[in-house]
Amino acid sequence: MSTSLEALTNQEYKYGFVTDVESDVLPKGLSEETVRQISAKKNEPEFMLAFRLNAFRHWQKMTEPDWANVHYPAINYQDISYYAAPKKPEAKKASLDEVDPELLATFDKLGIPLSEQKRLSGVAVDAVFDSVSVATTFKKDLLKHGVIFCSFSEALQEYPDLIQQYLGSVVPVTDNYFSALNSAVFSDGSFVYIPKNTICPMELSTYFRINTQDSGQFERTLIICESDSKVSYLEGCTAPKFDTNQLHAAVVELVAMDRAEIKYSTVQNWFAGDPKTGKGGIYNFVTKRGKCQGESSRISWTQVETGSAITWKYPSCILVGDNSVGEFYSVALTNHLQQADTGTKMVHIGKNTRSRIISKGISAGKSANSYRGQVSMKKSAVGARNYTQCDSMLIGSACSANTFPYVDVQNASARVEHEASTSKISEEQLFYFQQRGIGTEEAVSAIINGFCKEVFSELPGEFAVEATRLLGLKLENSVG
Amino acid sequence: MLEIKNLHARVQDKEILKGINLTVRAGEIHAIMGPNGSGKSTLAKIVVGHPSFEVTQGDVLYNGESILGLSPQERALAGVFLAFQYPVEVPGVNNASFLRLAYNAKQIHLGQEELDPLDFDEFIREKLKIVEMDERFLDRAVNEGFSGGEKKRNEILQMAVLEPKLAFLDETDSGLDIDALRIVAKGVNQLKRADNAIVMVTHYQRLLNYIQPDYVHVLAYGQMVKSGGKELALELEEKGYDWLLPEGQGAQENNQLASVAGA
Repeated sequence: MSTSLEALTNQEYKYGFVTDVESDVLPKGLSEETVRQISAKKNEPEFMLAFRLNAFRHWQKMTEPDWANVHYPAINYQDISYYAAPKKPEAKKASLDEVDPELLATFDKLGIPLSEQKRLSGVAVDAVFDSVSVATTFKKDLLKHGVIFCSFSEALQEYPDLIQQYLGSVVPVTDNYFSALNSAVFSDGSFVYIPKNTICPMELSTYFRINTQDSGQFERTLIICESDSKVSYLEGCTAPKFDTNQLHAAVVELVAMDRAEIKYSTVQNWFAGDPKTGKGGIYNFVTKRGKCQGESSRISWTQVETGSAITWKYPSCILVGDNSVGEFYSVALTNHLQQADTGTKMVHIGKNTRSRIISKGISAGKSANSYRGQVSMKKSAVGARNYTQCDSMLIGSACSANTFPYVDVQNASARVEHEASTSKISEEQLFYFQQRGIGTEEAVSAIINGFCKEVFSELPGEFAVEATRLLGLKLENSVG
Repeated sequence: MLEIKNLHARVQDKEILKGINLTVRAGEIHAIMGPNGSGKSTLAKIVVGHPSFEVTQGDVLYNGESILGLSPQERALAGVFLAFQYPVEVPGVNNASFLRLAYNAKQIHLGQEELDPLDFDEFIREKLKIVEMDERFLDRAVNEGFSGGEKKRNEILQMAVLEPKLAFLDETDSGLDIDALRIVAKGVNQLKRADNAIVMVTHYQRLLNYIQPDYVHVLAYGQMVKSGGKELALELEEKGYDWLLPEGQGAQENNQLASVAGA
C-alpha cells in the first residue's frame, strides 16, 4: 500500500543541542562522601544532611523495582555524576543580569525567555539547569502576595522550618528505590508556598534542562497550599541528544490543606533516544505524590508525556481529608522504541472522597505503552467514589498497549468504576481525510487531538496549544 | 473532463477491471449500473486513488492530464470527489471541524482565504439546508453513530461544501428510505452545474427517477457491456442484466468477483 501506516516518524528532536558552559561536575560515583559533598556545596542546614544520609543508607539496602513493563540494561549507579552545575553564577543572583548570558540564551532557544523584557506574562518561571536553579522570574511580585516561589536551595537557606516540616511528609525517604536515591542526592528544584486565603496571581512554572552528559538530574519539588488557597503549576523538560542514557529521578510532593486546590501540569519532552537504534535518551523514573490533607481539598495532576526512552511514573493522590478530590489526566505518547509504564494511584482514606482518572495512551512505531493504576478504598473511606477511564490508541501494527488496573476496596459503601477502550487509526480513516483534501499528518493530528481532548482541556491555556503542537511534531511522518 | 482509457486494474492477484473506456464532459450526468461485484465501486475508487487497487494498464485523464501519479489528496484538491458507499466513522473528530478542515484545505490550495470557525459556521448553515440536515450534526463526531441515511446525507453535505468539479456518487441511494432518497437527490440536483460533472454508481434504477442521467453504462465482469441514454436504465429495470452478459460467464465468476472487490 502506498499510503500506509508503515513508515513511522523521522522528526528530529529539536531540543537536542548542548550548551557550552563551564561546569562544576562531581566525579562519577556514589558514596556517603558524595552525599556529604553535595550537602556541603549547597551549604545546607544540619537536618538536611541527616535526611540525606538516612535516605542513602536505606537506598543501599533496597533493590531496583522490576515489576514495570519496561526493559533496559542494568544501570550502573557508580557511572553517573550526581552533581553538575554551571560555574559562573554564584549561589545568589541579585538580578538576571548576573546570570550567564549563555544560559539565558539556552532558555530563550527553548522558548522560555527569562529576561525582563521578554518573559512570558502571567507565568513565573524557575529555570533549572542540570543540578541548579539559574533564575526565577516574578519572585518579588509574588512575595507581595505572600507567595513563596524559589529554588529549593534558596528555600533551604531562607525557609528551613517549612522544609523541615514538610519534606518527606508525602513521599517518605523509604518509599521506593528511586525516591530514596533522590532523597540522598537531590540537588535543586522548586519550592512553592501559598499562604492561607490566597489565590496565586499567576501560573507558576519550572523548566528543567539536563545539559551535562553522564550526569543525572535529581530534582525535588515541594508545593504547600494552606487553607482556602489555590495554585496552578506547570513543569516542562528537555535534554540534549546523547548516545548514553541519562537518569532523571525526581520527587514531587504536594500538600493541600482545607479547601486548598493544587493543579499540577507536566509537559514532558525529554530526549527519547535514537529513533532507529534506541540508543541514548532519558530514563525518567519519577515519584510524584500529593496529599489532600485538609477537608474538601483538591489535587489535580495533568500530564502530557511525549519524551524519554523510558517513563516510569505514577502521579498519585492520598485523599486524607473528608470530601477531598484527586484527579489524574494523562496523555502518554510513545513512538519508535520508547517505553512507558505510567498511571496513577488514588488512595481513599477520608469520607466521601472522590477521584477521577482519565488516561489516554497513544502508541506508534515499535513502542510499548502501559497504563498501571491503583485505586484503593480504605475502611474509613465511607461513600468514596472513583471513576477510571483508560483509552489506548494504536498507530501501526508494531506497537503495543497494555492496561493494568488494580483495585482494592475495603468498605462496601465505596464505588469504583472502570472503563477501557482500544482503537486504531485505520487506513480507511486516513483515506477518507485525503479524499477530502486533508493531508495525512493533519488527519492524524485531528484524530489524536480528538482522542486527547478531555486531557488537553485541563491544561492551562497556552500550554494546551503547545501540547497539541508537540503531539503533532512527535507523530510527524509516523504515518504516510 | 474525465477520460478513462482501456483501464485494467487488480486487487491482490484478482483482475477486476479489464479495459474500461469512459468519457465524461462538463455538464453531464452519467450513471454506471451493473450487477454486484462487477467493478463499479472499484472504478470510482481508482479514480480517486484508493491505495488498495493497482492499475496494470491504461490511463485516467482529468482535464487532459493523467492523474494516476497523483496522491489521493492531490486529486481531491484538483476537484475530484467521491461520496463513499460506506463512509468511515472518525470518533473524536467533530463534524464541523472536519468540514472546515476540508474546506480550508481547498481554500489554501486555491490561494484563497481560509474561514475561521465563526465565518465557517455561517457558511455551513446555508449548506445544511441543501441536505435538510439539523445543526446538531455539526457537533457530533464524523459519521459516528450516524444512521445509514445520515451518513449518505453527510457525504452530500461534504460535496456541497467542497463543490467538486467531478463527483462520483458510490451507491449513494443504497440504504435510504424514500424520503431520504428524495432529499439526497434534491441536494445533488441543486449542486449540478454546467461546469461540473457527476458519475453515479448504482445498481437500482430508483435513484435515476430523481436524478436524470444523460448517459447510462452497464459494467459487468470488469467491462463496459453497454452504453446508452437514460432509457437504457428503464430497459434494465424491466429485463435485468442477464441479457447483456456474454455467453458462458455465469453467476459463479460474478460471485467470486464480488467477494474480492468487497465493499
